[in-house]
Amino acid sequence: MKILVAVKRVVDYNVKVRVNLEGTAVETNNVKMSMNPFDEIAVEEGVRLKESGKCDELVAVSIGTSSSQETIRTALAMGADRGILVETDDPIEPLGVAKLLKVICSREKPDIVIVGKQAIDDDANQTGQMLAALLDWPQGTFASRINIENTKAQVTREVDVGLETIEINLPAVISTDLRLNEPRYASLPNIMKAKKKPIDIIPITELNIDIAPRVKVIKVSEPPKREAGVIVENVKELLEKLRNEAKVIS
Amino acid sequence: MSESFHDIREAVRKLCAGFPGEYWRNLDRERSYPTDFVDALTNSGFLSALIPTEFGGSGLGVQEAGAILEEIHASGCNGGACHAQMYTMGTILRHGNNQQKETYLPKIASGELRLQAFGVTEPTSGTDTSRIRTTATRRADGYIINGQKVWTSRIEYSDLLLLLARTKPRESGKKPHDGISVFLVDIRDLQNQGLEIKPLRAMINHSACEVFFENMLVPTSGLIGKEGEGFRYILDGMNAERILLAHEAIGDARWFIDKAVGYAKDRVVFDRPIGKNQGVQFPIAENYAEMCAAQLMVQKAARLFDNQESCGKEANIAKYLASEASWRAGDTCMQTFGGFGFAEEYDIERKFRETRLFRTAPISSNLILSYIAEHVLGLPRSF
Repeated sequence: MKILVAVKRVVDYNVKVRVNLEGTAVETNNVKMSMNPFDEIAVEEGVRLKESGKCDELVAVSIGTSSSQETIRTALAMGADRGILVETDDPIEPLGVAKLLKVICSREKPDIVIVGKQAIDDDANQTGQMLAALLDWPQGTFASRINIENTKAQVTREVDVGLETIEINLPAVISTDLRLNEPRYASLPNIMKAKKKPIDIIPITELNIDIAPRVKVIKVSEPPKREAGVIVENVKELLEKLRNEAKVIS
Repeated sequence: MSESFHDIREAVRKLCAGFPGEYWRNLDRERSYPTDFVDALTNSGFLSALIPTEFGGSGLGVQEAGAILEEIHASGCNGGACHAQMYTMGTILRHGNNQQKETYLPKIASGELRLQAFGVTEPTSGTDTSRIRTTATRRADGYIINGQKVWTSRIEYSDLLLLLARTKPRESGKKPHDGISVFLVDIRDLQNQGLEIKPLRAMINHSACEVFFENMLVPTSGLIGKEGEGFRYILDGMNAERILLAHEAIGDARWFIDKAVGYAKDRVVFDRPIGKNQGVQFPIAENYAEMCAAQLMVQKAARLFDNQESCGKEANIAKYLASEASWRAGDTCMQTFGGFGFAEEYDIERKFRETRLFRTAPISSNLILSYIAEHVLGLPRSF
């Protein structure tokens, strides 16, 4: 069985993001970048399936600038076998990413594609679903548990009412939720081995896919600064303020 | 943002994130050994970085090993509990025979055997190692050890001890250091068999001990290299140790500067962040500049060592500058935090005590200065 995981290079979750001077995007110059945490969970799940003997080859794919190779190396150090980078300097929207991943899938013919449910930079939560639609494959989204048996996958999903377990046929697309697993940190021997694993770099132009943006960003602005709180004397004053100043009760 | 060995550092940071200040505070209070932390580092292969691949390590240099230790310290953790596992084996690697290497190195690499204790210092001989009094007397079945060591760190948590002892008296050789031999001793079964260990309560949680030997038998197979040549064998390991510990000091300096900057930005007194005052920001800026300069020297020494070039001067200067930089950054951090710097829960006071060690061990600042004066600048010997 072959599994493909998609990994995205994003601003590290510990970084306090700032809007750039032009007000068009979040500043990424001189900012620490890391693998999207949900993608880390996807890689970890792939590695665990490999370790359990259910997966023979784990391939990590990224779409982005040359620096995304570093993110792929992280996946390789965690245990993926090889990497593919679709190289581009332009930001790509979820539909573009899904189309590109579809091309990679047609070349690689994986049995399962595991993606993070969303990337923490744009929180789009679209790529996995769009990819499944374009491939016309079943999808199991927001997985908190995955069980692979022969040609089927049981996916436990975190939904509003609790946990829902579905069974889907392979090949399929699965997107990961936070509680699926706890990703490992790479060991030193695996970091060294990862340096020798191959990364195939494909210039985006070679794939000849329409990735033109469908959405135009007009403005990016920071949320309003939180104002200092006030201490109220008693419940009566609190209710009065909630009613007349905050206007959250009537 | 480019840092050397980014992938290794990143993995170490992730590992260290699982061992926050609270973990170290509890250990410090109880004076206990960070077993979980050491196990995590061992299982991830970080402690076997310097062991060649044929013996189960990663075969890396002190540059990479230094990056690992620096990152441990910059993350608020402490490598003191286990850094010796990285480099003490160097003496076996360079001077041991094939059987010793094949017997011990793979097990040290896997962590099955801990080699963390190095018995050199004695109550009556500090840096003047030629005056050690512990003796090893040859017998048919091995050597009989008698004497005493002090400040032997981690021996309670170590399976093996690298031991320096006199096989011939100081006066009998041509040079004062002749007649010293080095032994690899499996101490697992030697308690109550001539080995006594007494823990020393000290300023920091470094598992320091006094060790007493009374007719302790070490088999002949425990002798490393030739009898009487031991001092030379441990000398080349000292540069590695100094360079690695200098990395730890740099890591501490980074941690202190990071903490001081964060607090100076957030702490508001007289309606403004204290970091707005030049009296607060200048010392931090100064420490940052000193840390950067020391870091360059540390990197240079590590590079020379890995290229097998002579690096005694650089290793000593690196250790001197890094330990002074971390100490000054620690002092500034204490001052920036005001009274809260003394509160255990901020970890500043613990790190402050811990980083003070680098000015004293493994070699004191004064002895480095006299080395530079005498051996680099050609000034008259001062002692």
